[in-house]
Amino acid sequence: MESKAHEKDLNLKATELTLGLPGRDEIIELPNQNKKRGLPVDSKNEEGSTDAKNAQKETPPAKAQMVGWPPIRSYRKNSLQANKNAEGETATGIYVKVSMDGAPYLRKIDLKVYKCYPELLKALEVMFKFTIGQYSEREGYKGSEYAPTYKDKDGDWMLVGDVPWDMFMSSCKKLRIMKGSEARGLGCDV
Amino acid sequence: MSEDPSIPSSSSSQMSEDDDRSPPLDLIDGPIPSSKSRNCSGVSGSGVGTSVENTVPYPDQVLENVLENVLCFLTSRRDRSSASLVCKSWYRAEALTRSELFIGNCYAVSPRRATARFTRVRAVTIKGKPRFADFNLMPANWGAHLAPWVSSMAKAYPWLEKLCLKRMSVTDDDLALLAESFAGFKELVLVCCDGFGTSGLAVVVSKCRQLRVLDLTETEVMDDDVDWICCFPESQTFLESLMFDCVECHINFEALEKLVARSPSLKKLRLNRHVSIGQLYRLMVRAPQLTHLGTGSFNLSEGMAQGDQELDYVSAFAACKSLVCLSGFREILLDYIPAIYPVCSNLTSLNLSYANITAEQLKPVISQCHKLQSFWVLDSICDEGLKAVATTCKELRELRVFPVNAQEDAEGPVSEVGLEAISEGCRKLRSILYFCQRMTNAAVIAMSKNCSELVVFRLCIMGRRRPDHVTGEPMDEGFGAIVMNCKKLTRLAVSGLLTDRAFSYIGKYGKLVRTLSVAFAGDSDLGLKYVLEGCHKLQKLEIRDSPFGDTALCSGLHHYYNMRFLWMSSCSLTRQGCWAIARELPRLVVEVMKSNEGEEEGDNFDTLYMYRSLEGPRDDIPQFVEILRPGI
Repeated sequence: MESKAHEKDLNLKATELTLGLPGRDEIIELPNQNKKRGLPVDSKNEEGSTDAKNAQKETPPAKAQMVGWPPIRSYRKNSLQANKNAEGETATGIYVKVSMDGAPYLRKIDLKVYKCYPELLKALEVMFKFTIGQYSEREGYKGSEYAPTYKDKDGDWMLVGDVPWDMFMSSCKKLRIMKGSEARGLGCDV
Repeated sequence: MSEDPSIPSSSSSQMSEDDDRSPPLDLIDGPIPSSKSRNCSGVSGSGVGTSVENTVPYPDQVLENVLENVLCFLTSRRDRSSASLVCKSWYRAEALTRSELFIGNCYAVSPRRATARFTRVRAVTIKGKPRFADFNLMPANWGAHLAPWVSSMAKAYPWLEKLCLKRMSVTDDDLALLAESFAGFKELVLVCCDGFGTSGLAVVVSKCRQLRVLDLTETEVMDDDVDWICCFPESQTFLESLMFDCVECHINFEALEKLVARSPSLKKLRLNRHVSIGQLYRLMVRAPQLTHLGTGSFNLSEGMAQGDQELDYVSAFAACKSLVCLSGFREILLDYIPAIYPVCSNLTSLNLSYANITAEQLKPVISQCHKLQSFWVLDSICDEGLKAVATTCKELRELRVFPVNAQEDAEGPVSEVGLEAISEGCRKLRSILYFCQRMTNAAVIAMSKNCSELVVFRLCIMGRRRPDHVTGEPMDEGFGAIVMNCKKLTRLAVSGLLTDRAFSYIGKYGKLVRTLSVAFAGDSDLGLKYVLEGCHKLQKLEIRDSPFGDTALCSGLHHYYNMRFLWMSSCSLTRQGCWAIARELPRLVVEVMKSNEGEEEGDNFDTLYMYRSLEGPRDDIPQFVEILRPGI
């Protein structure tokens, strides 16, 4: 199944993953996994993401991380992670405001917590209790009346997922989950 | 089931019931399930749905008044439960005098039923999701919504003062309704909750003018960019406890400082990691009366270098003569550790579990902590650090050792050596949680003999199914010794390589065990069978990834109505097996679910979660949950 240049981007294959059930020693693969090696990702960082989707190991013989094992709450894992970051670098987060059409409350999130689009979108779904449709380059988000958009450095509203993840991280200023026809309109703009 | 409350102690931040002797016998006001053997002699027409009515004329009003006045003094859940079973008039009197309501499972009873029976409640405790939800074994949006509870209580309990929640889904709207509905609201304690943001906090602190306690422990709070600290009333507050160490948002420090200055009753303050040590200093000098302090980052603020501003931290700590509980140290700068020396000898509780320090760094601190009763720490201190603890902390009751590196294949800095040292030195130990990579039966056996007061024993050998690393044997004998020798044990978590034999020991000797956690253990159905048949007091059983199947599940039929819940994920159950239970036990809610929301419909499932309930299937199940309902 062919691949976009950037493995963190959305593609149908990524959202169609059938996950191994917890309890199996499966190595969970994402497409274009080999490309990830070029990035300075410490395999220890993976602890913070307890979702099995993101369990990856660099060397095949090592076991994949088991979901929920050892039984440490993610809050604690993430706090220790924050410690590690704080020691070496100035780890400032990338905080952006997130609004959703029709919702009374704004949220602020730290984009640095997420490593790819699926993670970010999943978090938004949970935070605002809605479902995002299936992404495709041609048609944007199908299957739901919501579409996640962001305002970039130039002040333009773009559909989340159109650009490679790293580019998104550095240019995203604000997120807005659009609803209805406005959302659909944006989807066709690509 | 509504159980009798012990006094919900907001100071016991984990809301653990391990020290609470509440009965497995829960109160129901419907027909008694046949499996329960209850001695009904002497009970005349109690509220249990019998048709034999009390033929005595309406009891003397005077007697009832006397009864109500006496029952006010009954606070323990067990005692209230017993009292309400005596007869109808005692049942009524007890219901009218119960001021603290404890709901161990928010789905076991409906808000309507609970509020209809207990009409004069001032304090409510509600627990929601099962514990394994903490480890991502359940997708979000499973349930445990506070909304129906708060809307019922808004009407039924306008004088509500305290609400304690554990693992509940709380929204900003829920908090807004709470703030509007209870004029005299005083205490909000949220443990392991989620679903709301700083907006919700803002509403609570601004409208609840009598607020004394706002404790957030391991609760996720979303950042709404709302300055909630500024929302406290401008005048003096009644604040006694403000704990927000888990709130990951920046706060307005100037506002916090002013708040502390106008809160003369403040005794407990836990800061989040965005509060620097310099800011901590400023707060401490304003509040030397503190008994509980969470220090925040214990580091300099960003952009500041050491030496820029050398404050007299030692004096600040020395001035806190009442300080007994110290935590925080979220980004500890080691140079500042000596600042806490003045308080060490008074400390009864010390939480260093976010501080990655070595044994050498720990020793100067711990060697002064002679009165320490509770100690939480990271395994970075190694066995050597644990030896230092064992040498000094003779009063230790509770120890938790967390891993810096929570991975299965990592190097383990602590081992059986540390465990054995603790068992030698800390004979009064009651509760232990110990994460390690290697362990021996000998050390566990030693602990079982040395620490006869153990109530809670939780050992997590992080490598799955790992045997005794010296003998190569399963860990059966070690855990067997624990259940055999620790006669007061009520909570047990097992790990390592375990055969059915381990479970036969648990079933045979674990007669007081109420909570049991099992992962990657056992050989066959026999293992679970031993437990279900032997552990008569078992209330909470959580099992993952163990080879227990339908036959084993059926062996617990006689007992499930006595339990709060059973969780089994990634075991060898089939749908038919679960259906068999659902058919046999109509008062059980049998939920089967997939662990991932996106999965398609199909026969297989990952998790069985079942619990007794007066209400039948809940009406708020998400798409990935199915409730097995016989006879629809």
